[in-house]
Amino acid sequence: MAKLAKSPWLLHYDGSSCNGCDIEVLACTTPVYDIERFGIYNTGDPFQADILLITGGINSQSESVVKQIYSQMPEPKVVVAVGICACTGGVFKECYNIKGGVDTVIPVDVYVPGCAARPQAIIDGVVQALEILQKKRDDFEQKKKAGA
Amino acid sequence: MAERSVIPFGPQHPVLPEPVHLDLVCEDETVVEAVPSIGFVHRGLEKLVEQKDFKQYVYIAERVCGICSFGHGMGYCQAVEHVMNIEVPPRANYLRTIWMEMSRVHSHLLWLGLLADALGFESLFMQSWRLREKILDQFDEMTGGRVIFSVNCIGGVLKDLSDEQLKTLLKVIDEIEAELKPILRTFLQDYTVASRLRGLGVLSPDDAIAQGAVGPMLRASGVSYDARMTGYAAYGDLEMEPIISKDGDSYARCEVRLKELLQSFDLIRQAVAKIPAGPIAVPVKGNPNGEYFNRIEQPRGEAFYYVKGNGTKFLDRFRLRTPTTSNIPPMVSMLKGCQLADVPLLILTIDPCISCTER
Amino acid sequence: MECKNEIRPIDLEQFLPEVIRFRQSGWRMGQICAVRTPGGYELSYTFVKDYDICTLRLSIGEETVVSSITPIYPCAFIQENEMAELFGVRVENLSHDYHHRLYRIERDTPFKEKG
Repeated sequence: MAKLAKSPWLLHYDGSSCNGCDIEVLACTTPVYDIERFGIYNTGDPFQADILLITGGINSQSESVVKQIYSQMPEPKVVVAVGICACTGGVFKECYNIKGGVDTVIPVDVYVPGCAARPQAIIDGVVQALEILQKKRDDFEQKKKAGA
Repeated sequence: MAERSVIPFGPQHPVLPEPVHLDLVCEDETVVEAVPSIGFVHRGLEKLVEQKDFKQYVYIAERVCGICSFGHGMGYCQAVEHVMNIEVPPRANYLRTIWMEMSRVHSHLLWLGLLADALGFESLFMQSWRLREKILDQFDEMTGGRVIFSVNCIGGVLKDLSDEQLKTLLKVIDEIEAELKPILRTFLQDYTVASRLRGLGVLSPDDAIAQGAVGPMLRASGVSYDARMTGYAAYGDLEMEPIISKDGDSYARCEVRLKELLQSFDLIRQAVAKIPAGPIAVPVKGNPNGEYFNRIEQPRGEAFYYVKGNGTKFLDRFRLRTPTTSNIPPMVSMLKGCQLADVPLLILTIDPCISCTER
Repeated sequence: MECKNEIRPIDLEQFLPEVIRFRQSGWRMGQICAVRTPGGYELSYTFVKDYDICTLRLSIGEETVVSSITPIYPCAFIQENEMAELFGVRVENLSHDYHHRLYRIERDTPFKEKG
């Protein structure tokens, strides 16, 4: 489990979600689905997070907040869009206030569909994101060595 | 004279599962005024009635909020059924009641966990969410979904429950109650919890009525009002009394919700004992033409569902007034005079559901 | 339990005195909503007492200015601001006037037209 050896911390933010996917994300951190046994901890601080879990589509108010949170996270980082609303806008796609999924404002690495996305699927998405994170970390180290 | 500073709270905050923004005007550490700024979860889904017909709209109404999902579906269906004069079969009413009470149990356990987390009582957070998983497993087995399970339809429900499933439900309820009682006793008698919650955010009965509080907030201030007493669905056949407390502070609000948890177990047992056999839905013909104000008791309080039809398959208007919309004005007035460190606690004692408020 | 659920049409002149009467008799604020009609709006103000609900129905034109009920029921400010921002209903004397910036959406009065 080398890819999980560095114990990444995750940050959760609700874009404009109905809350269904949010409580499933929180259910991943509590007993039964317990993502903490992999060393992954739910922090509230963007400056200390490696993985960003976003639920819900993007509307005009949350656009700037999501961009700010993304810019506050240090490199390397990965973004997981949880739930169909975060992937494409979901069932609210035709609403006047929804612009679309999370990829309209920030780059997304893993999409986890579902309404509400199940904890098993979310953990699977996070594990796939960790492989991408490991690759980004290796690239980051190489660039640092080449630059130094 | 102390200097005033404005401290922004939210929309991203460790204790807030949903984005809400408050500008707290503080003198040193005392909050003098709180100005709410909402709109982060506003999707504008009430306008979708123009594009989805009234039968499809059940799926949108359910997704207003993931925690109160079943109640929203049921409230919407009941309003349309009333406009179209549809008589829902008794078995469907009992099934709706059982699922609604299970929703209440899961919602209150969720709230208890979040409040404990805000207090720093993380082990209680984990314990209450572990117990909540048992209810969610029951939902999964009965309906196929854990949080949004789409079993309401105009005219009844979509899934039936066998006697085996009802027996298993009763067994699970007994297990949860047995594990929950010592936890609740510990929480209510704990010195730290009491010292942080007692006397915080006191709301008198007159203030609660004048400021439009609903649900456990209203009942904790001594006003006996619970929309379930009007007898919708199968509540007319079940015995219950609104649970009230006289103190009106945050501790009283917690106590009322925890006692309602135990009351819900009792209501589920009564409903399972009395559920009649029969069909679970009736066919729906025609389109709604007319208007009606429906109200149900969600875990967070009384919710109004207004439906207006014009004879076509697209409704003219669907309006949902959720309990948190009514609870925000009293919350803002309670924040005045409290300490900065108590702000997250006060917000959580009203049990906010921002996605319900903003739709 | 038997409880009343009535919708009572009312004129603009009698509206505020009737709301004051509700307040003095101990009715609490239920909900406020607007419906777009051809040429105007239908406003519904619902009040609750014990288990009875009574809705005052105001039918107004597009340009009619309605007085806010926040001097009588201060908690109505959120729902009246929403009515003004999403529907374009003209409300005066709001205690907390967000000036159409409550939800801060990009589209102006989205419920005023279809589509």
